Amino acid sequence: MSTKEVLLNPLFVNNPIGLQILGICSALAVTTKMSVALVMCIALTLVTAFSNLFISMIRNQIPSSIRIIVQMTIIASLVIVVDQILGAVAYDISKQLSVFVGLIITNCIVMGRAEAFAMQNPPGLSFVDGIGNGLGYSIVLMLVATIREFFGSGSLFGIEIMPLITNGGWYSPMGLMLLPPSAFFIIGLLIWALRAWKTEQIEAPEYEIGGHTALSKV
Amino acid sequence: MIEYYLSLLVRAVFIENMALVFFLGMCTFIAISKKIETSMGLGIAVVVVLTITVPVNNLLYQYLLADGALAWAGLPDVDLSFLGFLAYIGVIAAIVQILEMFLDKYVPALYNALGVFLPLITVNCAILGGSIFMVNRDYNFAESVVYGFGSGLGWAIAIVVLAGIREKMKYSDVPQGLRGLGITFITVGLMSLGFMSFGGISL
Repeated sequence: MSTKEVLLNPLFVNNPIGLQILGICSALAVTTKMSVALVMCIALTLVTAFSNLFISMIRNQIPSSIRIIVQMTIIASLVIVVDQILGAVAYDISKQLSVFVGLIITNCIVMGRAEAFAMQNPPGLSFVDGIGNGLGYSIVLMLVATIREFFGSGSLFGIEIMPLITNGGWYSPMGLMLLPPSAFFIIGLLIWALRAWKTEQIEAPEYEIGGHTALSKV
Repeated sequence: MIEYYLSLLVRAVFIENMALVFFLGMCTFIAISKKIETSMGLGIAVVVVLTITVPVNNLLYQYLLADGALAWAGLPDVDLSFLGFLAYIGVIAAIVQILEMFLDKYVPALYNALGVFLPLITVNCAILGGSIFMVNRDYNFAESVVYGFGSGLGWAIAIVVLAGIREKMKYSDVPQGLRGLGITFITVGLMSLGFMSFGGISL
């Protein structure tokens, strides 16, 4: 695979959320505001890229029986760094992200890419793969956050686009958009849209209705 | 006293359901919910691991990591709480490993039933999430036992219910692009909407 493919494939062709079912937890939980989602995206992309880089650098030295622990330690250290930086630089947003920064450790994207890609590929390419998968995650996250913030509070990045009735405007916000279930619906519909475009991602049906027995005998 | 713990339990199981309200452990939740049997196995494994790891991490936090916790060792000014994540995930990975060896030796039936799910649990965000929530909310030891058990139970209930729905749903004619992952998300959304009705309950 060329570097460009490694970088761009995860965006739509092999999206971590849409196809690989990885990293969904945080995709749902931090998307009520765009600014919070953006910080989460940057944090995750950085952690994925650097954990891929470091794990790939020592991939030939790690005994395979304890590789999970080694990967965990590297990832957890990176997350601690990110968490401390966020706490110092952007305290408000780090409060809103609450436990979800810590949960980057168990975010399946980070572990999944370390295990599936970084253990077999050289550091440079692994770094690019980390960035690519981080971006694939970010695209979905930002789309969901845009929809939820726009319809839920009538604003984008906290800037009012549609004036709310409570502030003397005309828009009556959809409260559901700020509640947990809406995130599931939006991601479900996004996956539908993605698969209508990239039809090769459609899953085979688990159950086929058999032919009409009387007719099939004829 | 008992009422307080009961209310904590009910809150952890229904009102603050790990899967449907906080979206924790979603990856495994969606990926391993095609059959009731396997999801039941995973659910039990999550309950067991959460019930053990949350209290253990609670002790670890109280006596080693919290600000001033090292006073018993003559180091009252040391604050190691920044090491939290690393410590919790290490404890979780170690306990899962020990549990696996223990079950393999003494309870082979349960070991075979849980099978591949035990190692998978290390990277389940619901487990780490349980520990981080416990620290954020300042639970004491007894509370953390109840919270660990309750949140595990809530997660297990949610995944078994979802598996039941998906087993039925494979017979229905879902639009092509929505088949599989898409319709599962929408189902979980509806379940989450249903669980919101528990919101007002308090004992």
